[in-house]
Amino acid sequence: MLSFGQAKALRGSRFIQKAGRRDKTRPGPMREIKRNVYKSEALHMKLSKRHLAIGAAFASVAVVAGLGLAAWIGYEPAIPEIARPSASSFDRGLVAKGEQLATVGDCIVCHTAPNGAPFAGARALPTPFGTLFSNNITPDEKTGIGSWSLAAFSRAIRQGVARDGSHLYPALPYEHFTHVNDDDLAAIYAFLMTRQPVSQQAPENQLLPGLGFRPLLAGWKLLFLRQTQFERQANESAEWNRGKYLVDGLAHCGGCHTPRNLAGGEERGREFAGGAAEGWNAPALDETNPFAAIWNVDSLFAYLKTGSDRGHSAAGGPMAPVAEGLSRLNDADVRAIAVYVDSRMHPSGEATPSAVAVVAANDSRSTAAAAHPEADLLFEGACSGCHAPGAPMNINGRPLLSFASDLRADDPRNAVQTLLQGIAPPGGKGAYMPSFSDTMTDRQLADLLAYARARFTDKPAWPNLEAVVGDIRKENAE
Amino acid sequence: MTISINVNGEGHEAEADPDTPLLYVLRDELELNGAKYGCGLGQCGACTVHVDGKPIFSCLTPIGLLAGRKVRTIEGLGTVEKPNVIQKAFQDEQAAQCGYCIAGMIMRAQALLDRNPSPTEAEIRVHMQPNLCRCGTHARILRAVHRASRELSLASVAGGSQ
Repeated sequence: MLSFGQAKALRGSRFIQKAGRRDKTRPGPMREIKRNVYKSEALHMKLSKRHLAIGAAFASVAVVAGLGLAAWIGYEPAIPEIARPSASSFDRGLVAKGEQLATVGDCIVCHTAPNGAPFAGARALPTPFGTLFSNNITPDEKTGIGSWSLAAFSRAIRQGVARDGSHLYPALPYEHFTHVNDDDLAAIYAFLMTRQPVSQQAPENQLLPGLGFRPLLAGWKLLFLRQTQFERQANESAEWNRGKYLVDGLAHCGGCHTPRNLAGGEERGREFAGGAAEGWNAPALDETNPFAAIWNVDSLFAYLKTGSDRGHSAAGGPMAPVAEGLSRLNDADVRAIAVYVDSRMHPSGEATPSAVAVVAANDSRSTAAAAHPEADLLFEGACSGCHAPGAPMNINGRPLLSFASDLRADDPRNAVQTLLQGIAPPGGKGAYMPSFSDTMTDRQLADLLAYARARFTDKPAWPNLEAVVGDIRKENAE
Repeated sequence: MTISINVNGEGHEAEADPDTPLLYVLRDELELNGAKYGCGLGQCGACTVHVDGKPIFSCLTPIGLLAGRKVRTIEGLGTVEKPNVIQKAFQDEQAAQCGYCIAGMIMRAQALLDRNPSPTEAEIRVHMQPNLCRCGTHARILRAVHRASRELSLASVAGGSQ
């Protein structure tokens, strides 16, 4: 038996399928609209006051009906409050399982303010549509989820509807969490309900005008939320299936690594083709990743589990907290994620060698210095302590610059961001690189990046680098 | 070669190559020994000074970058006889144990309080994060920054009423 919400979502998905199958020879909606415009222009001359009054009446009926329809589609009932279950009512094994699953979901990253209490929310989440503040998901009854039943929690995670029936913004990645199974949700619920309750109300969201009207989200969900259960693929290994279940669901990798459309929905058919997050590029995780040929299960595992791989580079930007979270996840699940991502990068199943075996450790210092004499001095004074060949960092097993994917990529964005923002791993654990935005001008940063690319890679120079640095610096300041 | 730099409002001619880190010039050429050499890799903050009002790691800042820019070190704040508000607050809270990190800590705190005299606890913690103290006097350092903040806020209120 379908729940109310599931039935509605099905209606939504049928609507989408229908729209997708529309016969191209029949008039499309745009053509119909155009024809109606012509008609109204023809009628325009004959309009009288009476016509106007009738028109206004029809229009207001249409508006009321439209709002009514929106309300009907968007309506979700409140789920009754419960008394907070005592922490001892949850099985310890279930709580431990939930802790691991919440780590996959990285709940703590968005639901913890800088230096705030864990899971107490109020972290600002910048989006193209304004700033959202994450909710408190500690079991505080007034400001958190202490009065939420498992059913209310599950509906929020899978359908993006809060206990009181209001729609939640898709910053909560329910497009992905909808695939999480009942047992896992019960475990995460047990984990969250046994955390320390913290009384903290999130600040009001600051959204573009109109977007604060939550029933609109019902329409968004009709378009973009596909509530489907995870389906095992019998011809793949148990490890691969586990990886796919985690990647598509809790880990919500597509949230950043899949491109989004103008309405903020993930683009259908372009899963893992690469996206953007917080001013950084999220590289493609499919065969279009420019370095797919030198990623393999072992390097993906090392990168995800430790935040860096010898043949690639350190996780930076929004990927840093992801790797930090995965460092606390059991090896088997991290490896399963690596196995699945590897299969997406290599759909024909070819085995790939490690980058260390393939990429030559380029170092053309004299050529680079001849082209960028000032940058050679800058590099010597500012970078060589860590990044010169033979510097302690390399001896400690950290990647050489000649292996850094960001330095070899076609788009300089992540390399620019690394210099402007540095790499600051959460909690101060892991590779730390200071920011150079306050000591170097756009021209100096561009010169330094051009030098590093010429010295440590065999790739062509990035065009318009100084302007790109200036633009990204401006973006960061906004 | 000779490079001109402006430190604490005075012009200096330093005999050094442009790739020389500012820290070495400050200590070896100008005998301004407040900023300390800690790690030399921008990981500890003992060498923190200001360039154009922003806290930076002087060990990773080649002086070739500093033409036309203003450097400020702890010697530019107060004197032993007349410490400035933040230096006094660090003394009053006895924030130093071995003291090696303190010049860097004060310079980083100064940059924050110059910009925002009344930061929140969270803002102070985030801002001070790059600077390490191996003795473990972090709680006293935080108290010192709070104390300086209170005194600066009081001073600005008093100044405003005159």
